[in-house]
Amino acid sequence: MGLLSGGEMIARALEDEGVEYIFGYPGGAVLHIYDALFKDCKVPHILVRHEQAATHAADGYARATGKPGVVLVTSGPGATNAITGIATAYMDSIPMVVLAGQVQSHLIGEDAFQETDMIGISRPIVKHSFMVKRTEDLPLIIKKAFHIACSGRPGPVVIDIPKDLTRPDAVFEYSYPKTVKMRSYAPAQRGHTGQIKKAAKLLLAAKRPIIYSGGGVIMGDGSELLTQLARKLNYPVTSTLMGLGGFPGSDPQFLGMLGMHGFYEANMAMHHSDCILAVGARFDDRVTNTVDKFCPGAKIIHIDVDPASISKIVMADIPIVGPVHSVLAELLTQIDALIEKDQAVPDKGALGRWWQQIEEWRAAQGLFTGRRYGESDMIMPQQVIQSLYRATKGDAYVTSDVGQHQMFAAQYYPFDKPRRWINSGGLGTMGFGLPAAMGVKLAFPDMEVACVTGEGSIQMNIQELSTCTQYNSAIKIINLRNNNLGMVKQWQDMQYEGRHAMSTYEDSLPDFVKLAEAYGHVGIEVKKLTDLDGAMDAAFAMKDRLVFLDIFIDPMEHVYPMHIAPNGSMNDMWLSKNERT
Amino acid sequence: MRRIISMLMENEPGALSRVVGLFSQRGYNIETLNVAPTDDPTLSRLTLSTVGSDLRIEQLTKQLNKLVDVVKLAELTDGAHIERDLMLIKVRATGAAREEVKRTTDIFRGQIVDVGPTVYTIQLTGTSDKLDAFVAAMAGAEILEVVRSGVAGISRGEKVLSL
Repeated sequence: MGLLSGGEMIARALEDEGVEYIFGYPGGAVLHIYDALFKDCKVPHILVRHEQAATHAADGYARATGKPGVVLVTSGPGATNAITGIATAYMDSIPMVVLAGQVQSHLIGEDAFQETDMIGISRPIVKHSFMVKRTEDLPLIIKKAFHIACSGRPGPVVIDIPKDLTRPDAVFEYSYPKTVKMRSYAPAQRGHTGQIKKAAKLLLAAKRPIIYSGGGVIMGDGSELLTQLARKLNYPVTSTLMGLGGFPGSDPQFLGMLGMHGFYEANMAMHHSDCILAVGARFDDRVTNTVDKFCPGAKIIHIDVDPASISKIVMADIPIVGPVHSVLAELLTQIDALIEKDQAVPDKGALGRWWQQIEEWRAAQGLFTGRRYGESDMIMPQQVIQSLYRATKGDAYVTSDVGQHQMFAAQYYPFDKPRRWINSGGLGTMGFGLPAAMGVKLAFPDMEVACVTGEGSIQMNIQELSTCTQYNSAIKIINLRNNNLGMVKQWQDMQYEGRHAMSTYEDSLPDFVKLAEAYGHVGIEVKKLTDLDGAMDAAFAMKDRLVFLDIFIDPMEHVYPMHIAPNGSMNDMWLSKNERT
Repeated sequence: MRRIISMLMENEPGALSRVVGLFSQRGYNIETLNVAPTDDPTLSRLTLSTVGSDLRIEQLTKQLNKLVDVVKLAELTDGAHIERDLMLIKVRATGAAREEVKRTTDIFRGQIVDVGPTVYTIQLTGTSDKLDAFVAAMAGAEILEVVRSGVAGISRGEKVLSL
């Protein structure tokens, strides 16, 4: 192997790591790296319009493919602009490697131009970070960064690279390590067999069981095994916002999402269950409602690769630390053995009564605000998602932003496959949807990719319409336009007597159709329900165009069910504006 | 309840800030903190004392263990252990107080390590309680400066925190 400069090492290491895309934005501190990429690098670089979008695009790519997203930004503002995207990936455990330029080594600490302490600023929102001190260390550090980002509970890793370490005239031996071993980092490889045995017994003895499936099932490639387990036992399954698609959404065993805006039957079943199998979920406050009142009669089995997620919020009766895939495989084997020994388990009579109860809840659920639905020709947001589902035959990649539209998409687009639902669950980052969709579309150019958004969120990274022009990203933007920051307005309606402080734009919204056209895309305005399906079909018929569907929806609609807080439990919900449990 | 947590971490820049940052990030308090390299120059030993319930400390140790720079960790207060805090205290030593300060120092088995015409600097080693008691016993004298190392600790017997 010849001698390489630091910049060339980075280009080569990304090739050797098998990276498919780099998402980034150049600047002073990374110019040596960009020059090396330009001269000789097989990995294509996607130029975004704002560094936040680079991280979200890499994040979307990572969620859809399971491979790490790679970001390259310059020092100072380039690095700080990337922070929101790094935090988004951190909260949702998304593998990502962020290469950030830094001022020259001898200038560090002197408040140099475009200097910022990236290691310090990013510390609470990364899985780990590296400050490169010597050019020779670059290959090993890059290998370690990918290893840490992708293994155990995945997360973002930042590498801070001073400019002088990438200069073209300082060259060194390069070899990229095949594997890496770190004495201080050894994530669990398998669960404790004794614990898994105990879990199998408890699970089979349950009379009112429920499987609570989280994002870890998706990230840990556990969907197939989880589905197998649930079907074998005929146990009901609910899923977190992050876990949607981990179990087929159109399967009758699926009760829908649980939590603050979860389905009535899902929250009721959780509250009344006697055994919860939590897989790759973390008992987030958007799930539990008041923790002290959470599922009072339930024993809890908790499988997670991160020991710190277990018994953090709700005490687990049987904690199992290990990768979801390997633990579920062993759990299935144990369950098979127990069923073989004792045909009486699981208790089919009890399970039959449990399903009967669940079906009653399912029949009674107040998901629609039915009285207003269909009364006028105003489009209800739920109908837009149903139209999207129909037009894409339930087989699209759907990214979303944050707010009411996100909840409507989670409720009304049943995902049958993992990695299809791409949204910022933990951090709740508005502006995520469009750049994330770009990343997904690059990974799967032949698949339909829709970004469900609102006129608030879309404007937080609207500049990426230009990136979409540059790379012909034929994504479909489904803008649920209610002329309000819908979720903020909903809370103001419910908790602040309808005082809409700063949640309207007072007629200052752009003409989104013209805006899309200005970037070279197609814009379609939809104002009548009778036009909705036609417009949706027309948009998806334009295979190679980005289409911005600006869909005017009923601005008064709220998302229901909604947990009653404070002091409510899982089964305390608003079912509509004037009905509650 | 007061806990002493001791850990071996990579002797690398930024490692300490990750540990300390985790405390503020997750709302824990550090009462004392002591850190220095060990016989293995690649490792630092960090000992800290904090206060918290069993549940909170369990979560804290899990979070600390997750830090990539933390190689190994033990809660010393889980078992029999020895803890030491070192204090340097400078007091006004004039007139009658000069003799009284020396007498109290002897009772606590402290050492006067620096003598000036009007001040004594006393060195005292022991548990944090003992040092607190000494400061309280000095209430009659004029205390000019107090420096404490924070708790360092080690398990009793065969138990070791090493790789």
